[in-house]
Amino acid sequence: MSDTIDTSATAPAGEQARASWGFLKTHLREYGILFALIAIMAFFQVATGGILLRPVNLTNLVLQNSYIVIMAIGMLLVIVAGHIDLSVGSVLGFIGALAAVMIVNWEIPYLIAAVLCLAMGAVIGMAQGFWIAYFRIPSFIVTLAGMLVFKGLTLWLLAGQSVGPFPPQFQLISSGFVPDLFGAEGMNLFSLVIGLVVAAGLAVLAIRNRAAQARTGTPDEPFAFFAAKTTIIFVGIAYLSWLMADFRGLPNVFIVMALLIAVYSFVTSRTTAGRRIYAIGGNERAAMLSGINAKRLTFLTFANMGMLAALAGLVFAARLNTATPKSGAGFELDVIAAVFIGGASMAGGVGTVVGAVIGAFIMGVMNNGMSILGIGIDYQQVIKGLVLLAAVVFDVMNKKKG
Amino acid sequence: MLLSIRNLSKSFPGTLALDDVDFELRAGEVHALLGENGAGKSTLIKCLTGAYRRDSGEIRLEGNPISPASTSEAQELGIGTVYQEVNLLPNLTVAQNLTFGREPRRFGLVDGRAQRKMAQEMLSGYNLDIDVGRDLGAYSVAIQQIVAIARAVALSGKVLILDEPTASLDAAEVRMLFDVVRDLRDQGLGIVFVSHFLDQVFEICDRLTVLRNGRKITTEVVADLDRLTLIEHMLGRELEEATEHEAAQKDPHSRSRPELLRFEGIGRDGVVEPFDMTVHKGEVIGLAGLLGSGRTESAELMFGVRASQGGRTRDADGPVAHGNPREAIQSGFGFAPEDRKTDGIVADLSVRENIILALQAHRGWTRPIPRSEQNRLADEYIAKLDIRTSDAEKAIGDLSGGNQQKVVLARWLAMNPRFLILDEPTRGIDVGAHAEILRLIHEMTGQGMAVLVISSEFDELIAVADRVIVLRDRRHTGELSGSDVTSDAIVREIARDDADPRTQRGAA
Repeated sequence: MSDTIDTSATAPAGEQARASWGFLKTHLREYGILFALIAIMAFFQVATGGILLRPVNLTNLVLQNSYIVIMAIGMLLVIVAGHIDLSVGSVLGFIGALAAVMIVNWEIPYLIAAVLCLAMGAVIGMAQGFWIAYFRIPSFIVTLAGMLVFKGLTLWLLAGQSVGPFPPQFQLISSGFVPDLFGAEGMNLFSLVIGLVVAAGLAVLAIRNRAAQARTGTPDEPFAFFAAKTTIIFVGIAYLSWLMADFRGLPNVFIVMALLIAVYSFVTSRTTAGRRIYAIGGNERAAMLSGINAKRLTFLTFANMGMLAALAGLVFAARLNTATPKSGAGFELDVIAAVFIGGASMAGGVGTVVGAVIGAFIMGVMNNGMSILGIGIDYQQVIKGLVLLAAVVFDVMNKKKG
Repeated sequence: MLLSIRNLSKSFPGTLALDDVDFELRAGEVHALLGENGAGKSTLIKCLTGAYRRDSGEIRLEGNPISPASTSEAQELGIGTVYQEVNLLPNLTVAQNLTFGREPRRFGLVDGRAQRKMAQEMLSGYNLDIDVGRDLGAYSVAIQQIVAIARAVALSGKVLILDEPTASLDAAEVRMLFDVVRDLRDQGLGIVFVSHFLDQVFEICDRLTVLRNGRKITTEVVADLDRLTLIEHMLGRELEEATEHEAAQKDPHSRSRPELLRFEGIGRDGVVEPFDMTVHKGEVIGLAGLLGSGRTESAELMFGVRASQGGRTRDADGPVAHGNPREAIQSGFGFAPEDRKTDGIVADLSVRENIILALQAHRGWTRPIPRSEQNRLADEYIAKLDIRTSDAEKAIGDLSGGNQQKVVLARWLAMNPRFLILDEPTRGIDVGAHAEILRLIHEMTGQGMAVLVISSEFDELIAVADRVIVLRDRRHTGELSGSDVTSDAIVREIARDDADPRTQRGAA
C-alpha cells in the first residue's frame, strides 16, 4: 500500500506505511462507519441469497427509511448543538394526521395543505425551542412533554380513527418515481443518468478539493485512501442507481433525500450558521463570549427539526396512504440511534450529516435484511440495541486511545 | 510538633509544583498557608491528604512517618479536610451526612434513632441549633461548613485543613465559623487555614507560611508581621531590578490622549463596587490586585458577561451598549478570558475556526468570511504568534495549553477591536511567546487600540501598562501612572488599609 502514496516520495517505504497506519488510526471512525455499512450490506446480500440488492427490495429499502433519514438530518443538528429531541415521532404522527384532516376531511388542496403542515412543524419546533433556548429547560424534559402532547393531539385530531385515503397526486411524494424522459426499453434511463451525474459530480468535487489542499500544503489523507474512498462512493452510487433504474427508477423521495443531504452537508460544514452550531455544542460559554447568539441558534435548530419532522410526517402519511393514531410511535428512538451510530457525540459539538445518514441506513439495512431472513422482531430489537451500544463503545474507546 | 513536613517535592510533567518544601504545624495553632495562584498550596494539601503521592521528602504525624495513599487513609491517620465547596451530600439529612460510612445498624438496617443521636453528639460543642433530621441542603453554606468540620474532626481529630472555607460566606457567617475554629484550636487540634483574605488571616491565625512558585518563602508569627511585608513575601520582589528600565518607556501623559471610552458607575452587588474608568486611545491600562480582589469580575462587567447594575458608558459619539458579550463585540470590545479551557476554546473545532469565531460574530452571519480569507487569517496568526500546530485544520483540543492560549489571543486580534481586555494573557506561555505577546500589545496600541491587561505578574504590568489601577477587596482603590508604576508602589497600594494601623509601619 505504501508505494501508492503520492506525497513525500523520498521517505522510506516503512515510514510511509507508518504514516498511513497513523492516519487510519486517527480517522478510523470516518472510514469505519462507511465500511460497516458496506460490510453489513455484503453480509445480508450473501445471507439472503441476493434478495437484499434486488431492485424491488432496494427501492423498498429507500422508501422505508426515507422518513428516518430526513429526521436524522435534523436530529444531527440538535445533537451537535448539545440537545436531544424526543418528540419527533409524535410530531411526525401529528403532522400526518393534520395533513389527512386538511386534505381528506376539509378538502384543502394538497399543495396548500403540505405547505401549512411544514409551517406547523416549524411552529411546533419553535414552541419547544423557545423553552429550551430562552428558559434553559433541559431539552430532554421539554421534548418528552412534547412527545406526550403531540401523541395526544394526534388522537384528538383523528378522533381515534384512521383517516384516508389521500388523493393520488399526494401519494406521489412517496410512491412516485422520477419520470423516464428517454423512454428506453425495460429501464428508467433518466434515473440512471441522474445517478451517474451525481456520482461523477461527487468524484469531481472530491478531486478538486484534494487539488486545492495540495496547493496550500500536503493533504494528510494518504492517496491510496483517497482513491479507494472516491472509487467506492462513485461505484456505489452508480451501481445503486443502475439497480433502481432497472426497477422503476429513482423514487421521488430519494431525490428529496439526496437534496436534503447535499444542502445540510453544505450548511453544516461550510456556512457560518452551521459552524456556529458546532461551536455552541462544543463550548457554549466560549461561543457566547465570542459574540455568538447561542439562544437564537438553539431556537432555530429546534425550529428546523420541527420542520423536517413535518416533512417526514408528510412522506410517511403519503406512503401509508392513511393517517393512523399510531403513526410515528417509537420513531424518535430509531432516529436518535442512527445519529449516534453515525458518530455524533452525546456531549455535543461532534458529528456529520453524512455519518447520520449512513447510520440511518445501517439500521435500515439491518431491519430489512433480518426481516427477509425471517428473524423475529424480538431478536431484531436485541441485535439493533447491541449494534448501537457497540458503535458508541467503539467511539469512546477510540477517543480514549487518541 | 504535631505535623512536620521535610523536603517535600512533587513534580508534574513540565513543572516542579513543590520544590523542597518544609512545613510545621503545632497542636493548638491555626496556621495559614498563603500564596498566589500556582504557588503550590493545593499541591501541598493534596500530598497531605493522599490525593497525590509525593516524589520525595518526609511527612511525620506526631513523630511517625506517614505516607497516605488515599484521602480515606489520611482521614484514618487523623488528617481531615474541608473544602470551599462543601463536599457533603445536600440531598441527605444532616445525620446521614455526619454518620456516612459508619451508620449505626440494627438487624442489618440503619438504626435511624441511634443515627440521629450519634449526629447530635457529634454536633454538641459547636453551638449549632439545627434539626439533624432535615436535609443538609436546607441549611446555609456556613452551617454546612460547620457540619463538614464536625464530620472531619470526628473522623480524624488531629489535623484539620480548611481550604478557603470563607470564600462564599458573609461577615456574620465568617464570625460564626471562626468561633468554631478557635474552639477547636483550644481543644488542641492543629488547623491549616488556606485563604486569600488577608484580613481573616490576621484575625484568626497564629502563624503563617508563604509559598511562591513551589518554594517555601518563610514561616512567620502573624503578630510580628505587617501586611506590606506579607504581600512582598507572597508576590516576590526580585523582579523590581529587572524591569526598572522598562518603566522609562511609559507615556506619563497617556491620559491626555483623545478619550475613547468612559465607563461610569459600572458595578454589581457582591461582585465589584461601582467604579468609573476612562479609557484613552492607544493606552494600556493594567489591573492589579490579589487573587479574589475583583480583577476578572471588573472585566466581566465591562464585557457584559455579568450585567452591571446601573451605570453608563459613553464614547465620543454617545452611549455605548455592552449589556451582553454580543453587544460588547458590536461596540468594538474584545475579551480574552483567563480560563481558556472553559471559556476560550471550542476543542473539537479547528485552529482556523477558533481564530475566526469572534470576527465572524462581529460581522454577522449574513456576511460570511470567504474561505480563502479565513485561511489567510489563520496562517497569518499561526506565523505571527508562533502557534505550534501541524496546520490550521488541526482540532485545537490537540494543541498544548500555551498554544491554545495563543489561538484565543489570535481570535481577538483578528477581530481588531478598539478596546481589548486581556485576562492573564501570558499565563502558561513560554518565555519567547511571552515577549512576543507584550510586543504585539505595543503594536496594537500604536494603531490606536486600547488594551486593558489583568495580570498577577507585576513585572508584566510594569513592562506594558501606561497606568495601573489597583483593586482591593472588590473595590477600585487606587491608580498609578507613568514613572509611579513600580512593583513597590503597586504592593504598597494593595497593602494600604486606612483602618489598619499595622500596615502603616512598614510602609514608610
